Amino acid sequence: MGNARDQHQRDGARTGPGLNLVFPGDPESVRRALRRARVVFRAMSIPEEHSGIAEIVLAEVLNNIVEHAYQNHGRGVIELAVRPVPDGLAFTIRDDGLPMPDGGPPTGHPPDLMVPFEGLPEGGFGWLMIHELTRGLSYRRIGNRNELKFRLDITGAVDGAD
Amino acid sequence: MELSRQDIGNVRLISVAEGRIDASVAIRFKDRMREVTEDAPERIILDLSKVGFLDSSGLGALVAVMKMAAPDRRVELAGLTKMVAKVFRLTRMDTVFVIHVSADAALNGHADAG
Repeated sequence: MGNARDQHQRDGARTGPGLNLVFPGDPESVRRALRRARVVFRAMSIPEEHSGIAEIVLAEVLNNIVEHAYQNHGRGVIELAVRPVPDGLAFTIRDDGLPMPDGGPPTGHPPDLMVPFEGLPEGGFGWLMIHELTRGLSYRRIGNRNELKFRLDITGAVDGAD
Repeated sequence: MELSRQDIGNVRLISVAEGRIDASVAIRFKDRMREVTEDAPERIILDLSKVGFLDSSGLGALVAVMKMAAPDRRVELAGLTKMVAKVFRLTRMDTVFVIHVSADAALNGHADAG
């Protein structure tokens, strides 16, 4: 914290060009978009640990759109915008798919692990991770579109506990 | 989905040679794991040290693999990279799997580093 390199990383996060992508809502295109995001985060001098977190969150959000909003039909389009904000990144993701059930993102409860082995969940981890890793998560349905916004904090110092 | 396997004593060591277990490979991963664990001894160690990225679909696939192997076999994990370990912690799945620091540690019976 406070040394020249950290300062550089914070400045890099603030002043980078950001990312704007429009791509088809299918798994392969999502994988390509994540690859592209990785390259851009590196160019923005986002510390590797934070870019890894960004990639996980993006993967969860984008794959949810492919599977749920677009029901795996593969014909939809996804818009992804990432822009640098002070001490972080702001994400906006839009799609024209089905609205979120219950008018908002699932809450993402921790899975019930006090169950017999065979009862362990094989899904439902995505929203839990999104909620735990992001800040200011908001969802709006605008006409026929979904818009999800959130922020990731990026401080120069990487959490030592991780 | 490239997996390599090796039997060491009565343990089958399976190494994932891919950098990612994500939504686009999760089903293939499950199928391949079924093939390479079918005739395995009771203890299976899955070396994940080359996997730098695991999303919730990949995690779900690992849980499925563990359930598929039971009750005759148990799947332990080894060599979690930083991001993969984080996913396990966030979802509390680190309390469900036996996790070793490395495949060597798992084979030599060193204490679990959680």
